[in-house]
Amino acid sequence: MKTRDLIASLAAEVRPVDRHVVARRLAWSVACGMLVATLAVLLVGGTRPDMDLVIDSPAFWLKAAFPAAVGVGALVLCSRVSRPGARTRLGWIMLAVPLFAVWAAAAYVIASAPPHLRTQLVLGQTWRVCTFNVVSLSLPSFIATFWAMRGLAPTRLSLAGAVAGLLAGAQAVLVYTLYCAEMAPPFWATWYVLGMLLPTGAGALLGPRLLRW
Amino acid sequence: MNTGSLSPSVAVAEITLKQCFVAGLAGDALEYRRFLDGLSGHMRAYLRRRLPRAQDDVEDILQEILLAVHNARHTYHDGQPLTAWLHAIARYKLMDFFRAHSRREALHDPINADDDRIFVASDVEPADARRDISRLLDTLPDRHRLPIVFVKLQGLSVAEASRATGLSESAVKVGVHRGLKALAARIRGEA
Repeated sequence: MKTRDLIASLAAEVRPVDRHVVARRLAWSVACGMLVATLAVLLVGGTRPDMDLVIDSPAFWLKAAFPAAVGVGALVLCSRVSRPGARTRLGWIMLAVPLFAVWAAAAYVIASAPPHLRTQLVLGQTWRVCTFNVVSLSLPSFIATFWAMRGLAPTRLSLAGAVAGLLAGAQAVLVYTLYCAEMAPPFWATWYVLGMLLPTGAGALLGPRLLRW
Repeated sequence: MNTGSLSPSVAVAEITLKQCFVAGLAGDALEYRRFLDGLSGHMRAYLRRRLPRAQDDVEDILQEILLAVHNARHTYHDGQPLTAWLHAIARYKLMDFFRAHSRREALHDPINADDDRIFVASDVEPADARRDISRLLDTLPDRHRLPIVFVKLQGLSVAEASRATGLSESAVKVGVHRGLKALAARIRGEA
């Protein structure tokens, strides 16, 4: 085919383009992922037994704020890497703030605790299952986010897959706070972060294969 | 949008292409076609420079890139420099080509992320005409050939061409004039 003919056929089929596709697709994928994960938590585990007591406590909301903030940063990064040539710096900064905040809080709590309690603060009661639960809960969001990005135009595929995985992981942790009764920042800084990193790594590996266009 | 940091030719490409492209996004087929024509000119010149040993593939890759730009046009954000958006797509498709043809010799040339390079020149001639013209041009002496290349083919001003060649401005003008005359004579088969 001659280039001139290709141009003619592309121009002939041009229609007004929806300018909000990126936001719309990501909004749908976040909503679907959250919905399915929330239903899974409520049906399988139920909310934490002391939900009535903690719902008013700032600690509960602070704990939810951590994955929510990571999720917002990851969402910004997802929308940036889905646009060829867009800058990503803002997203990285938005990611770094909650991560450093939770690590700083964890370091402070550990440093001010008596030495024999420190291991207990990191491991909590549920460290064996936490990461596995988070990774399982991230699956619906993982699929939804990859679906959203497949309709966009990422050009750095490993990075795009990684931030999609991170978004899925952050959503999963956010939903998991409904169930998980661990309230120590060292626990969050370890197991929640690990739960977010595993989908991130999986996304980085799958990105080049699933996001090609 | 801030085009202050771009070189003049890139800033011009940014403004003219963007006008057409944005009108095309709104559904204006005529403007969209103008955008694709302009883009293919820049892209062809860029690919020729990048792939000196794969000239036969230039049109194929160019079409790949045009198609990719078309299919991804909903991901362009108004606040973003259009040239940066286009460059990222072109680089992505070029990498694809390099991966697929990684045995070829021409591919040892590393890609760098210099955003300006696609839009420094434009080449709207089809491949064959371009090759014929450059063969004819090669028969001219430098003092005629360079002014034509700079002024008529690359679109520089006389002053810019004078700076680039080291000739005086009047020598550039004379060179263009006499060179074109000589070319016309050669095309008619008189020389």
